[in-house]
Amino acid sequence: MISTTSNAPNSFILRGVRVVDPESGTDAPRDVWIRDGRLEAMEPHLSDGVDARAWTAEGWILTPGLQDMHVHFREPGDEDSETIATGALAAARGGFTHVLTMPNTSPVIDSRGLVEFVIRRAREACGTVVVPAAAITKKLEGREITEMFEMREAGALAVTDDGKPVESSDVMRRGLEYAQAAGMLLISHSEDRALRGAGVMNEGYASTVLGLRGIPIEVETIAIGRDISLCRLTNSRLHIAHVSTACGIDLIRRAKAEGLPVTAETAPHYLALTDEAVRGYDTRYKMNPPLRREADRDALKDGLRDGTIDVIATDHAPHASERKDVEFDQAAFGVIGLETSLSVSIAELIAPGILDWTALVHAMSNRVASIVGWGGGRLIAGRPADCALIDPSAEWTVCADRFASLSRNCPFEGRTLPGKVLLTMSDGKITYAETGLFA
Amino acid sequence: MTFTRKHLLGLEDLRHEELIEVLDSAREFRKVLDRPIKRVPTLQGVTVCNAFFEPSTRTRLSFELAEKRLSADSINFATAGSSVSKGETLIDTVHNIEAMRVDMVVMRHGSSGAPVFLARNVDAHVINAGDGFHEHPTQGLLDLYTIRETMGRLAGLNVTIVGDIAHSRVARSDIWGLRAVGANVTLVGPSTLMPVEIEKTGARVCGRLEEGLDGANVVYVLRLQLERMQSGFLPSLREYARIWGISRERLDLCAPGVRVMHPGPMNRGVEITSDVADGPESVILDQVTNGVAVRMAVLYLVRGGKSIGSPVSPAAQEGTQA
Repeated sequence: MISTTSNAPNSFILRGVRVVDPESGTDAPRDVWIRDGRLEAMEPHLSDGVDARAWTAEGWILTPGLQDMHVHFREPGDEDSETIATGALAAARGGFTHVLTMPNTSPVIDSRGLVEFVIRRAREACGTVVVPAAAITKKLEGREITEMFEMREAGALAVTDDGKPVESSDVMRRGLEYAQAAGMLLISHSEDRALRGAGVMNEGYASTVLGLRGIPIEVETIAIGRDISLCRLTNSRLHIAHVSTACGIDLIRRAKAEGLPVTAETAPHYLALTDEAVRGYDTRYKMNPPLRREADRDALKDGLRDGTIDVIATDHAPHASERKDVEFDQAAFGVIGLETSLSVSIAELIAPGILDWTALVHAMSNRVASIVGWGGGRLIAGRPADCALIDPSAEWTVCADRFASLSRNCPFEGRTLPGKVLLTMSDGKITYAETGLFA
Repeated sequence: MTFTRKHLLGLEDLRHEELIEVLDSAREFRKVLDRPIKRVPTLQGVTVCNAFFEPSTRTRLSFELAEKRLSADSINFATAGSSVSKGETLIDTVHNIEAMRVDMVVMRHGSSGAPVFLARNVDAHVINAGDGFHEHPTQGLLDLYTIRETMGRLAGLNVTIVGDIAHSRVARSDIWGLRAVGANVTLVGPSTLMPVEIEKTGARVCGRLEEGLDGANVVYVLRLQLERMQSGFLPSLREYARIWGISRERLDLCAPGVRVMHPGPMNRGVEITSDVADGPESVILDQVTNGVAVRMAVLYLVRGGKSIGSPVSPAAQEGTQA
């Protein structure tokens, strides 16, 4: 457990910290004064005499709090895998201040009362802003759309049947139209279920050799194509979750060029891994969409560079070990990601020069804020601090046993990764501070 | 000794020398099977658990017989269906096997990779007796053995595998083994049952049976699982038999002296006609006999270097009995 926030001061100065705030176009060293949890001042040089303890923070980076618009906290229903409280802590450790939870819990978040339940539990958590996405259709059955106006009033900001596609194009059309009217973002889990069949990994040479049923890329592209068509039909906002294929990106690129209100996300594991990782039948590499090929991985990076892919989202999907320590074809889909997302992104995007820090923070913070329509995503003097302090050069070795998440299904176990989150502040409150930071 | 592996999980990464060593050992063990007393003390004191998570008759019997011939103590554990459906997870089953302190586990499982999972989690030696659509290495080895004994060589031979390649662990093990020893492999079957990118293994893929049989020294006929019809891969058995079935007329397309193989059990009249199955070209029953010898060799070699007491090599044993 993390217990470092109790003795952390709420007032301090970071001298010479590199401030990366894409919204204001800042990427420069600053002296940053946090006073009683407020971002009091952010100046090139703060004069001495300010009554707060100061740390030399040269080489560290201060960003707006990171935001993840795709997480699964398993409450209600599967609290052994993750709760809202543990998920919120895992988010804080990963530098995140805002997360959007998916509604495929048990019961499904498909009514005002259940939205209120999530928000109430979130308030009892560590201070991470946890906002629920509600279901598009009741019980995720793909038949009747939900009471989106009511759920919007209760605080849900998006709708999705994530984990399942809305198979009926007619229901999907109504969902898009109704969500738009209710002021909700519709997030599509774009998947052709019939074509996926019993597939468990990417269809290709690796699946052939391993004797595992394949999931062709068309499972994703057929569905993205349909969803874009419906976006055109309804002129309603559409966000496409966990894009994993080069062809999927091409479809989104064309839709954007056409001016359709489409946005998209990908997940860090698709940037770092390919289907070759499945070779040892390790279920930590089993997720849906599955890990694809090198060309897809490259295309995703290109998509992030040119803005076709708007944001990075983890699809944090905790599973208790009994659902993962089984035969590969029987194992649950999904991997956790909150506590490795930033480091994997640094390794895959910053280190090889694909994105600079401004672009990365854009994809992990302020662009998310503008898509979901919640707060944060920028550093503003005079407001309660919403930020992450990062040591970009520190390296650490992933050991999921030390994670705040209750689950261990991490595909990066044992890897040495760059970039450590030192401090996370959400709405003026320290939600995570590395042990010894304020010693 | 070239073969120093702790487990036999597949043939994919076996080197040529290793394969040949298994086949050479199998030849020694094969002689044992023709003696009046078909038993050697090679694995005396060694406990083998045959863990069969999928129905199997011939492979299980073949392993049991191989273990008895080697004087091993064997126990059998058989259950149908996946471990998930019967309520105990595979990892729990694995820990139970471990707790019984067995030395070797022979595992058959419906899920690809299950023996890999087992090998990662137990100290015992693991021999894969067929996992999902992944591999069936002892079948692959007995096929190599049978071809070598029948044809006198392996390198340069044209072997055509016919049928449901996609769902066949036998085909995969045969491809790896045959490629490693320098045989040419041709795959023929309906495109709905041909796995993607299989040609990257070095095998040639043919869309038409006639073309695939042209010049074949060995025709390897795969069993057609009848559930492929229900899953929509094929319209009917009748059409399969007509287009892909191996009949006497079709054998005429092959090279002179062609031999016919099948991993069993056969669907007579579907993938193979009875006159071919029982004809002079068929070496299908030799495969079964050789299977015992090859499994003896595999048990012996995998166990090698970790023996209790003083193991008796088949050659030495032969000497004492002569």
